This record gives sequence, structure tokens and C-alpha cells, in this order.
Amino acid sequence: MEYLSLFVKSIFVDNMIFAYFLGMCSYLAVSKNVKTANGLGIAVILVLLITLPINYLLNKYVLSPGALSWLGDNFAGVDLSFLSFIVFIAVIAGIVQVVEMVVEKFMPSLYSSLGIFLPLIAVNCAILGGSLFMQQREFVNVGESAVYALGSGIGWYLAIVALAAIREKLSYSNVPAPLKGLGITFFTVGLMGMAFMAFMGISL
Amino acid sequence: MDAKLKETILNPLWKGNPISVLVLGICSSLAVTVELKGACVMALSVTIVTALSSLVCSLIRKTIPNRVRIIIQLVVVALMVILVDQVLKAFAYGVGKQLSVYIGLIITNCIVMGRIEAFALGNKPVASFLDGLFNGLGYGIILIVVGFFRELLGSGTLFGFDVLNRFGYVNNGLVILPPMALIFLGCLIWIQRAISKDLQEK
Repeated sequence: MEYLSLFVKSIFVDNMIFAYFLGMCSYLAVSKNVKTANGLGIAVILVLLITLPINYLLNKYVLSPGALSWLGDNFAGVDLSFLSFIVFIAVIAGIVQVVEMVVEKFMPSLYSSLGIFLPLIAVNCAILGGSLFMQQREFVNVGESAVYALGSGIGWYLAIVALAAIREKLSYSNVPAPLKGLGITFFTVGLMGMAFMAFMGISL
Repeated sequence: MDAKLKETILNPLWKGNPISVLVLGICSSLAVTVELKGACVMALSVTIVTALSSLVCSLIRKTIPNRVRIIIQLVVVALMVILVDQVLKAFAYGVGKQLSVYIGLIITNCIVMGRIEAFALGNKPVASFLDGLFNGLGYGIILIVVGFFRELLGSGTLFGFDVLNRFGYVNNGLVILPPMALIFLGCLIWIQRAISKDLQEK
């Protein structure tokens, strides 16, 4: 039951885009049509789902204060949390490379549809942001972190596909010249965010 | 001052502004603008990180193998961000806590990586440093403008000092919620593109 609540919360209430603005750059740049948005969304879910549990384990057994106590009593006082940025980003960059190679080898059709987006995910704030939020929230086990990763990935996916669909329709409408393109997209996302705020306070 | 240097300095502030024209680094710019203080600290941090990592990457640009350059850049940037984070933790703990994960997210801020890729890898250290510095400032200006209006209209204060409430202003709670940051930024882009017509998209 807790898992379900965490899952629903991370999709709707703590939505990566509308509540925390994570991964905004690629969100705005790649949402011009539904097909590419779909590809990027799936890639984000995939990478989040792999990196977050790994970073969770690293955080729990290596980085957080006193985490190294399994090595012996001498290490009980070691606090490596200042290294977490560099470790997380190294893990993410490494995993993205591996995922890219695996997908290229075994799922060539998915690889060609994801194209350039897969390597770019290494610098997507949503991925690093997920790991940093995980560190802040102190999940009790790996399962929770994986559920959180899946939920926030799906939330990101929903947001980008919805925006892409709206932008496809929007291209036929008569927008004032200074607002064309970027400007009206910001307003659209703002309005979508307001709609998503209706989910605030949901708990199962 | 030669023309190229002037271009390096002036371009990021208006015509090639990282946020409103190039759409880089939006994530952090929206989340930290609830209060002016947070916006200023964030603007300063990003400026320092961008300038220093451009400088370092430009210094070692001839020794970086092309294939692994992204990872090397990430390491350099992460190093700078760790420094900024530790300094904030030591001297401005409250603000650092309030900015929470967004300090760490400077690593993946597209401005930093974008400037290194586009400029620092092909230019001399001093020019790269200036380029990073002024791109950070171009980012900071937008942050501070948005932060100014959001704090003023949302809480009636500036830097925590009461400005509007004493005149009977009723706080607009909507302005401090996340979606309004997008609306404010949209308005800024609207104004900028209404003034400079050549920035408008077809």
C-alpha cells in the first residue's frame, strides 16, 4: 500500500516537471512532435529506473555519514557525502553509455527511434535530480527508490507527451508574433502545471 | 577593446541570452525564484561555476581526447559545484538548505555544459573565462528579475523586508506556486521579443 501511494504521488503530486521543473531544457526542446517526445520519455523512464536504485545503494553503503561502518569500526565515523555529486553523475554517465550500447545491440529499432536523445540523457536534470531527491528523502529500502524512480519517470513521460500533443495542435493557431514558439510554450506549460496542482494533497 | 571581445560580453546579456533565447538552464531558473535572496545566490553560484569551469576546460582543451570529453567536462563541472556547495554550507547554510537539490543540479545545467562545448573547447582561456562569466550573468539577470516580481507580488517583501504589505497589499498566493514561474518567464520572453523583432520565431 505504501508503494502504491508513493507511486501515485511521484507521478502526479511531485511531478518532476510541474512541481520541480526538472529536465526542463530537453522537455522544451524535444516536445515539438509526439513521436520524438515518446522516445525521449521512454528513455528517461529506463535510465531513471536503472540509475536510481544503484545510486541508492551507493548512498546507503558508501556515501552517507557512517555508511562505511560495514568495513569495520574504524570507518564508522567517515562522512563522504560531499562526494555524492561527483559519484552520482559518474554513475549516471556510465550507465547511460552502457544502456546505449545494450539497446544498440539488442533493440536496434528502439535505438534508431531514440537516436541522439539517449546519450544526451546523461546531462538531463531529471535523472540527477531524481538521485538527489532520493538522497534527501531517505527511503528505507531499494524497493521504495525503484518505485519512486518508476513513478517520476512516468510522470515526466506523461508531461512531455501531453505537451507535445498540445504543441502539435498549437502550430495551427494564430499566436501573436512575439509569443510564437517559446513564449506560448511557457504559458502552456504554466497552465498545465496549474491543472496538475489539483492533485495536490492526494494520498492513498 | 576589440569587436570580438565586445561581442563575447554583450551577446549573452540580450541577443544570445542563455534562458530567454537559447532556452538553456531553465530547470533551476524556475525553481529558485520564489524569493529574491535565493535567486541572487543561485545567479552568483551559476556565474562562478560557468566562468571557472570554462576556464579550466579551456586550459586543458588540447589534452582532452574527443571521445571522452563529455565525462571530463562533467567531472570538472562537478568539482566546481562541490566547491560552491561546500562554501554555501559553511557560510550561508540557510540559503543553501533552501536551494536544496538545485545547487547540485548546476552540474547538469545546460548553460555550463553548453558554453564549454560551444566556446571553451575552441578558444583561449581568458576569452572562455569572460564568455562563461557573462553567460552566467545573462542567466542571473533573468533570475533576479523573475525573483523580484515573484517575491514582491507573492509575499509583498523584497529580501525579506516588508515593502507592499504596509500599504494594505494582500499577498497573491498563486505567484509563489511553481506554475507562475513559467508564466512570468513567458511574459519576459514576450517583452524581449516584442522589442527585438529579429528574435521572433517564424
